Amino acid sequence: MKRAWRWIDERLGWTKYISKVVLHPVPPNVNWWYVFGSATLVAFIVQVVTGVALAFTYVPAPNSAFDSLQFISHQATLGSVVRGIHYWGASAMVILITIHMIRVFTMGSYKYPREMNWLVGVGLFLLTLGMAFTGQLLRWDQDAYWAIVVGAEQAGRVPLIGGFLAHTLVAGNTVGGATLTRFYATHVFLFPALIFMFVGLHLYLVVVHGISEPPVSGHPVEPETYVEEYNELIDKKGIPFWPDAAWRDVIAAVAIGAIVLALAIYVGPKELAQPADPTLLKVYPRPDWYFLWYFAILALLPRWSESWFIVGAPVLGILALIAVPFISNRGERSPARRPWTIAIVVISIVAISVLIRVGEQAPWSPQLSPPPLPASVTQPLQGSALAGSVVFQNAGCHSCHTIAGTGGNRGPNLTHIGRALSGPQLTTRILNGGYNMPAYGTILKPDDVNNLIAFLSQLK
Amino acid sequence: MNKSMDRREAIRTLLNIFCIGMGALSAAIVSVPILAYLFSPLIKPPKEVWRTLGSIDTFQQGKTVEVAIEDPSTLPWAGQTAKTAVWVRRTGASDFIVFAITCTHLGCPVNWEDGAQLFLCPCHGGVYYADGTVAGGPPPRPLFRYETRIQDGSVQVKTRKLPIG
Repeated sequence: MKRAWRWIDERLGWTKYISKVVLHPVPPNVNWWYVFGSATLVAFIVQVVTGVALAFTYVPAPNSAFDSLQFISHQATLGSVVRGIHYWGASAMVILITIHMIRVFTMGSYKYPREMNWLVGVGLFLLTLGMAFTGQLLRWDQDAYWAIVVGAEQAGRVPLIGGFLAHTLVAGNTVGGATLTRFYATHVFLFPALIFMFVGLHLYLVVVHGISEPPVSGHPVEPETYVEEYNELIDKKGIPFWPDAAWRDVIAAVAIGAIVLALAIYVGPKELAQPADPTLLKVYPRPDWYFLWYFAILALLPRWSESWFIVGAPVLGILALIAVPFISNRGERSPARRPWTIAIVVISIVAISVLIRVGEQAPWSPQLSPPPLPASVTQPLQGSALAGSVVFQNAGCHSCHTIAGTGGNRGPNLTHIGRALSGPQLTTRILNGGYNMPAYGTILKPDDVNNLIAFLSQLK
Repeated sequence: MNKSMDRREAIRTLLNIFCIGMGALSAAIVSVPILAYLFSPLIKPPKEVWRTLGSIDTFQQGKTVEVAIEDPSTLPWAGQTAKTAVWVRRTGASDFIVFAITCTHLGCPVNWEDGAQLFLCPCHGGVYYADGTVAGGPPPRPLFRYETRIQDGSVQVKTRKLPIG
């Protein structure tokens, strides 16, 4: 056995070169916050493996895409588990890379001499979001189809070259066969190739500059002396990465793998509803959860600011991320001494969480087919008020307004509107509209309006 | 001795420039067909053809209905996505307006609610009147329209690219 190993070792160069990387010394007090980098990498590997497995069966052509996914989810042996791992693994990747980014930012690990690694990391972050976006489209269900249209419309807001960008994204004049294969090639070949290159560079830089030591208040980074001090710490007190520090990474990776697997088995992948069909219009297009915050922002922006935001916000956001190591590559690393860092992180997390929640509820979306008004509301009605309740449901009012728990949330709840507004006030609002309400003056006949007022006035 | 060292250095510099130059040149040459291939869907002008929606009599005056049409620039395997839909409204004896289904805000499909005589968009709450003008919500302009004509008693519409706001 030993002879066999010696043969391999001499030719592979394991002991001479590779083991030095695996055993490279890291600061002795690295803690659990440091596992998220490797956790992200493990999640990515899981995605690649399950992705390859899915690619053995998935067909990237319009009608077949949906059908082949149905086959994978419902007929292929353990197909739904493989697809489930890929689906939940995608969420895991987005979450883990975000935590990793926040950790690096909060601990100031991006400071000298690790600025370049931060930049490579920003590239990886954007590629991960790109993978998430292109991946969800491959389901080729209604959400996917309209997500591409919405994406193209946003690209179209760029001045001068907007139309060109939009049609490049769509790969033609409309969303069709060419679009799907293009997104497939991007998701399976182009982006992963870039990710492999960037990950290689990222890991190389980690080995060259070493894992950053946990920050200490009162020990700012000074480029002139940092490298010397770091090397001294490592030479005197450094511990080998494997397995003295890596054990935490292993536990984290196994735990995350177990969670993803459990979700894949017990919850399963996202259910496929309708295949992409541009002629089926009763749809509620929604992106996957990690983009819901942006969906919410687009709904809530004031109209005048939209083009500025759609084009400007991503550009500014990316520039801001890139600028981080140039703005503050030296100085204090401890978060206790960096109030701006804490503020940025806390506000971002709170804002995005709130917006995801709002995006889930989407109160601005009308209910296209609301259920009928409950009997508790309609039973006691007679004559004009009864006729009014019918107008309320036929004229679209119920799609935007709630009465007794049924209906939409676009406009105010009208369950007790009879208390708040008088007949003339109701009439004015209905005929003239206002805010986001259409003017019904030219749509409803006078009799309908009177009946409607009778109905609403008695809602006390 | 020095002279031959200088010569060696000069030759190395030359070789350096040559190797990098040839590499860059080869990459540039190969990238031309590749990039042209990737961007060709955009360089070719879109085919715009007239599609028949139906005979005039099938459309009631003052009503808005959905009609599916086939997009001309699709690939043979485009399946269901080769089709698209339009909203057709007959406003007079031979007057028709054909609206694109994409909301002018960010492209989600708008739904015609006959009882309300309004188009409702499910994504961000845009609302349009029967004539396509904005009644509420974020859309910045009225619904996009298709060119129409009457030919041999049928209503026809001219296909177009995905309308980009």
